[in-house]
Amino acid sequence: MNIMSEAAVEKALDQKMNTVPYKMIGKDVSVYYGEKRALFDVNLNIRENTVTALIGPSGCGKSTFLRTLNRMNDTIENCRVTGKITLDEDDIYDPTIDVVELRARVGMVFQKPNPFPKSIYDNVAYGPRIHGLARTKADFDEIVETSLQKAGLFNEVKDRLHEPGTGLSGGQQQRLCIARAVAVSPEVILMDEPCSALDPIATAKVEELIHELRTNFTIVIVTHSMQQAARVSQRTAMFHLGNLVEENDTDKMFTNPDDQRTQDYIMGRFG
Amino acid sequence: MSTSLLLLLIVVIGFIAYFAGRARSLAQSGGKLSNLHSLPGYHGSYVAIWAMLPAALVLGTWLIAAPIYIDGSTRAALPDTVQSQGGAAVQLALGQVKSVAGGLLRLSGEELSALENGSANLRSTLASKGVALAGEGEPYMVTVAQHFNAMTVANRWLMTAAVLLVAIAGGIYAIRNVATRFRARNQVERVILGSLIVASSIAILTTVGIVASMLSEAGRFFTMVSPFEFFFGTVWDPRFAAAGSGGASGQFGLLPLLAGTLYIAFVAMLFAVPIGLFAAIYMAEYANPRLRSTAKPLLEVLAGIPTIVYGFFALVTVGPFLRDISAQLNGLATGNYQNFIQAQSVVTAGIVMGIMLIPFVSSLSDDIITQVPRALRDGSLGLGATRSETVKKVILPAALPGIVGALLLTASRAVGETMIVVLAAGVAARMQINPFEPMTTVTVKIVNQLTGDLEFTSPQTLVAFALGITLFVITLGLNIYALYIVRKYREQYE
Repeated sequence: MNIMSEAAVEKALDQKMNTVPYKMIGKDVSVYYGEKRALFDVNLNIRENTVTALIGPSGCGKSTFLRTLNRMNDTIENCRVTGKITLDEDDIYDPTIDVVELRARVGMVFQKPNPFPKSIYDNVAYGPRIHGLARTKADFDEIVETSLQKAGLFNEVKDRLHEPGTGLSGGQQQRLCIARAVAVSPEVILMDEPCSALDPIATAKVEELIHELRTNFTIVIVTHSMQQAARVSQRTAMFHLGNLVEENDTDKMFTNPDDQRTQDYIMGRFG
Repeated sequence: MSTSLLLLLIVVIGFIAYFAGRARSLAQSGGKLSNLHSLPGYHGSYVAIWAMLPAALVLGTWLIAAPIYIDGSTRAALPDTVQSQGGAAVQLALGQVKSVAGGLLRLSGEELSALENGSANLRSTLASKGVALAGEGEPYMVTVAQHFNAMTVANRWLMTAAVLLVAIAGGIYAIRNVATRFRARNQVERVILGSLIVASSIAILTTVGIVASMLSEAGRFFTMVSPFEFFFGTVWDPRFAAAGSGGASGQFGLLPLLAGTLYIAFVAMLFAVPIGLFAAIYMAEYANPRLRSTAKPLLEVLAGIPTIVYGFFALVTVGPFLRDISAQLNGLATGNYQNFIQAQSVVTAGIVMGIMLIPFVSSLSDDIITQVPRALRDGSLGLGATRSETVKKVILPAALPGIVGALLLTASRAVGETMIVVLAAGVAARMQINPFEPMTTVTVKIVNQLTGDLEFTSPQTLVAFALGITLFVITLGLNIYALYIVRKYREQYE
């Protein structure tokens, strides 16, 4: 009963989806690793305050596309990106753009929880410290507390903020990484299979969290789990062999997709 | 039969045994290898091992035991007059008998009988055959030497017979064991395990032996000079300390040497750590693969240069350069062109040793930094940190235990370094803090004390062992402390 009503709310939201403005616009995005081409002229727009799921079989280019959105591909040797990606109105591949500032606006959560070998407090305060977001200890305390609260972790760790972040369980570590990303107050949060290393209970908590974060942030999530995409996202984009196959409202995508390949993938015929 | 020929024979028997064992197992398999528990090669190896190993052991034991027995028996055959004179005389007589015995083999029958009835002079007869005798030679020596020769010959034959018998018996015993279900493979495995254990215990026992011999020699030193005077003495001047003259024992003071050792090592680390660490960070975090693949081996060439060459470099280049530049600087400042840096000084040795240590620091740290998971780098960069912020705040803290370990290992190398300091630091054992003056180190003094022509019972020589054991304890302590720190941090971060 409860699920039904939630689905109804989703539907109401989704119908207004077409009016939601774009946060990021990708136009003819291609990525090359050396000689190998990994993405072929992808045109994909990310709507504001929306969870956009990127799905597709392994090696289809979904993670590659995700990493172009905050230029994490820059750290890979021989990687070249063509086309145009804008965040609000700014071309993020413009030579004058400051990559460091871009990554503060477009945060990232990785596949494997990767807390720094520091205390929980220092993990969350890491971003605010390097960006000078606070001055006094009280300000930092507040940022750390609200970030951990947003990540739904505060109550679990409030008594051991100064113990190592690596001592938490896998699910807690991943929520710590989300808190760490949230602490910088980004506009967009990119998540690269954030639940693939977690057990079902921890996964449920992170999914719930993604739901809540949507009100404040624009979220792009790469996932291998079709159920997860259906549960957390409003828009879904399907990649195959470096091409964008289809991008649609999640409901439509999972009930009546336009493309036969999407149908086949969702039905489990390949992938 | 000579020993090497006997060894060769054992190997030949082993070969034959191998093929015999292999052939027998093949014959028993009835043409189907899967009938056998072990492959034919294992059966062959098993038989060969049984043929060779016991025989080789018997040969080895015999070679050690037989000369002892023959010497004892020959000694007993010496006349009572010689035996009553005690150890040194018996030993001398035994040596002469052995020379005579060697000479007798070259004599013809008539010459031999002439010697036996005393009509010919032993020394001149042997000299004519090219065997020099230390003394005149006594008549009894001919009889004893003949006894010795007879025993040696008998021994040869006995040994050959015993070894060959054991080899053949072993081979036959083993070949009778060969059967389709016989577990030759497991037996061979056990022999391999045994030989690996023997190899590692040789390495360990050697270490134990070296430490034990250093300890016993150092113990002899401490019976002549009190440990208190050695460890807390502030004057090093061993020349005037004769054995037994009590008042002079304070001259073996360790402290000036230890101070020099630690001071020079400190200057070297001061020089090597920042450069090595920065080079490692550049190589691991910034350099592109092509640059890295050429620059890293070049840096490591420094580690391949023999330290004596560095010492040379210090002696003919760095030392004079520092001396001259200090004279110029002094001249510009005060008008007095007097150098304030000596050519042989703490800084000279420290800088050159630092250059030698750079590749150690950089190579070890580089390995450790590249082991920091990529996920941590991505996490930091993904939050909008620059590369140097990432290095400073995430990578170095994560790599710290390893780096501290690497630095302590480097420090223990600096403390034990010898050739550079011999040439660059000087030999004056002085306690002072001016880095521009010469000082000396523990290792330099070990070299000095052992290269003289003093006998090995005087404290002047024995002090080298006390110095050596001190140095050993210092480096061992550094290494243990390095391991402790590494383990402590690892627990904290994993």
